[in-house]
Amino acid sequence: MVMDPRLTSELTPELRNIVMEIESQSRNLGLDFFPVIFEMVNYQQMSEIASYGGFPTRYPHWRFGMEYEHLSKSYEYGLSLIYEMVINNDPCYAYLLKSNSLVDQKTVIAHVYGHCDFFKNNYCFSHTNRKMLDEMANHGSRVRRYIEEVGHDEVESFIDTCLTLENLIDQHAPHIRREPKAGRDADDSLPPEKRPVPKLPTQRSYMDGYINPEGYLKEQQERIIREAEREKRFPESPRRDVLQFLIEHAPLSAWQRDVLSIVREEAYYFAPQGQTKIMNEGWAVYWHSKLMTQFVLNDSEVIDYCDHYAGVTATSGMRLNPYKVGVELMRHIETRWNKGRYGLDYMLCDDPAQRRSWDTQTNRGREKLFEVRKYHNDITFIDEFLDEDFCEDAKLFTWAADRRTGQAVISDRDFPQIKQELLDALTNFGQPIIEVVDGNFRNRGELLMSHEHQGKDLKIDWAMETMRSLFKIWNRPVNLSTILEGEPRLLIYDGGEPRIEKPVTTEEAS
Amino acid sequence: MKMETDVNRFRRIVRGRIKDNLKRFISSGELIGRQGNKQVTIPLPRIDLPRFQFGGNQQKGVGQGDGQPGDPLNQGQPQPGEGEAGQNPGEHGLEVDVSLEELADILAEELQLPRIEDKGKKNVKSRKFRYHGVLKTGPEGLRNFKRTYKEALKRQIASGDYSPHAPKVIPIKEDKRFRSFKIEENPEASAVIIYMMDVSGSMGDEQKEIVRLTSFWLDTWLKRNYDNIETRFIIHDAVAREVDEQTFYHTKESGGTLISSAYKLCEKIIKEEYPLDEWNIYMFHFSDGDNWSGNDTNECMLLLDNVLLPTSNLFCYGQVESRYGSGQFLKDLEKHFGENQEKVVTHQIKDRDGIMNALKVFLGKGK
Repeated sequence: MVMDPRLTSELTPELRNIVMEIESQSRNLGLDFFPVIFEMVNYQQMSEIASYGGFPTRYPHWRFGMEYEHLSKSYEYGLSLIYEMVINNDPCYAYLLKSNSLVDQKTVIAHVYGHCDFFKNNYCFSHTNRKMLDEMANHGSRVRRYIEEVGHDEVESFIDTCLTLENLIDQHAPHIRREPKAGRDADDSLPPEKRPVPKLPTQRSYMDGYINPEGYLKEQQERIIREAEREKRFPESPRRDVLQFLIEHAPLSAWQRDVLSIVREEAYYFAPQGQTKIMNEGWAVYWHSKLMTQFVLNDSEVIDYCDHYAGVTATSGMRLNPYKVGVELMRHIETRWNKGRYGLDYMLCDDPAQRRSWDTQTNRGREKLFEVRKYHNDITFIDEFLDEDFCEDAKLFTWAADRRTGQAVISDRDFPQIKQELLDALTNFGQPIIEVVDGNFRNRGELLMSHEHQGKDLKIDWAMETMRSLFKIWNRPVNLSTILEGEPRLLIYDGGEPRIEKPVTTEEAS
Repeated sequence: MKMETDVNRFRRIVRGRIKDNLKRFISSGELIGRQGNKQVTIPLPRIDLPRFQFGGNQQKGVGQGDGQPGDPLNQGQPQPGEGEAGQNPGEHGLEVDVSLEELADILAEELQLPRIEDKGKKNVKSRKFRYHGVLKTGPEGLRNFKRTYKEALKRQIASGDYSPHAPKVIPIKEDKRFRSFKIEENPEASAVIIYMMDVSGSMGDEQKEIVRLTSFWLDTWLKRNYDNIETRFIIHDAVAREVDEQTFYHTKESGGTLISSAYKLCEKIIKEEYPLDEWNIYMFHFSDGDNWSGNDTNECMLLLDNVLLPTSNLFCYGQVESRYGSGQFLKDLEKHFGENQEKVVTHQIKDRDGIMNALKVFLGKGK
């Protein structure tokens, strides 16, 4: 590929050469990415870009200002430093901090190519808009237009409302068709009990009574009635894409509907980054360390590079560092597939000594890694590859707050428990699963949503605040069924005081 | 810059929050001591958009590193105190830097304070020397070496006297350049605040704290209105003396009370140091209202009428309620001045919650 000279115009000639070298080495190693445009920015610009989530052209909103104050202040106080930002877009945009040392710039550039390859190839990102930079600018100008039309305060407070509902999307939506719209063969005009029953085919008419006996026909008729009942329900089946449901059915004005759809679209764009945090960072660190140590580093830079690397993969006790776990798990996979430590024979082998020295020289590590980066997300990645050996090598543990002192202490190094806890935390990517069950609840146009409880209660004060937002949008009372401290509860907000009630089983009531 | 709009929107929200919490800030004294040179760091609860989120906080999780089961983990942050252990870990507050001026504006907005009207006559000009430009004449002390050298070099090259091999540059009189200055006069409004406080035995710590909180806000607002402000502190029981701020708030005496002693000292300070045509003078007197005798009270009124009021912008008397004080002095003042005397403001401060009202009354006249 011929590099467009304009693309790297912001870089110094020295850095431009480094970029070209790293790019060609990355390609040789098999990475596959969109063209990358690097830009040099100072820390103020970096803080600004980071506050906008990477998109300097985003719609105006105060929370970006808050983020900016926070970022630039923590930079000034020397608390944190953003080395780089990469935007999932075609072409990929990457921002380098001007004040980085040359070693750091090299590392960051190599790191960026890792991310870009991941963006382009991981299935989670396959549905993201690759022209998001343009799309965001477009959103920005739409919101600005609404601001001009109806006023800054009104638009901003509506955006606030929408943002509190931001996570009510279907995390898996891009990949699953939840509502297969089967072709209607039955005649909708007849009442369901009179609709013709689809009979099993018979060659001879006298066999009909045996092939399609009375009982069977009755059963079929009932099925048709049931389905018709279900269709009358609204929505037909529970919907996790609550935002879409609201966009379609809530009484909103045109600009409000558009703002809500903007928030929804951006939520879907950012969702994969949350779904692949560990993998994405692990993958990028894996490749920058390969590139740096094998090709790019000078002798004089090794110590600085290592120092940087140690910082990136530092552990902090209570929280797992995605960079560290990610890259270690990647390397673990590579080793396993290089040494043939997979398949039935290996799994059945109980002898620790034999397992430790197992090496059938399959050398499929790299190949496996590329497969993993294509088909996995954090949940499946952890589920599939985090095994007991890794757990031990990486010194994972579970911790809990000591009941007496409140101090967090290491509670266990038991593998199944660790894995269970990790997967729990990642379920639905850390978001509660909430779906719309009924848009005509109590037959009064109220909204009923249901929280699929998985062992963790909702944060109740926030939930109540969020109910207010929902009410603002739905404009009728809103209800959320959930479980609080082991008891089923219904959160209700109807514009007055929010209430928590024991649910009346709605099936019986109606 | 685009970010500026968003930062301003955010600051507006913060401003609103400060306003909402102003009463708490005023009565708790949280902001005193968080005061930097020109800024106050204000702690606010974090501004978050609520969502459907898991509650229960981070009471457990998975970590990585060495250690045996039961070993405590470094959390990098101190544990909350007993009883509240683990209540709200991870919820970091927001700290916002607000300039004192902005804080004063917020206060003014909330209390609907009018801007202060200058007494008018005292638009004193401060004089400043400012360098500007270069002249060919001037005192040697202001000679601009670099420019002089350049001129000499130019002349020598032009006349062919300069040789790069033996670079000797000798300035003559015409080469010399001098920095010139001019005197800038800026109108400047100056004010002096004289705080007086009764420190006799009947004034307790809580009463002093109320005075301290009140004066912090008075300072803040007056500083907003005057470029140059000085504060003086007088404590008195039966005798008055001038002290520094620290002593002012932390002295406890046990003697009786002669209010006139303070007013006399006040008069002396003004006479000696603050000529009337240059200074706006504010006097705040805090007491629990006990005076030694009616005679002394009469003397106070005389002092006020004849000396203090004519010289000052405003005389405020804040009566802090205490268990021992009779509160008589407030009544005496009110009786003596009635409603007519514009420059006298009296107010009774019952407790910390009363500070806000006191501020409003004291500053509400726009004097």
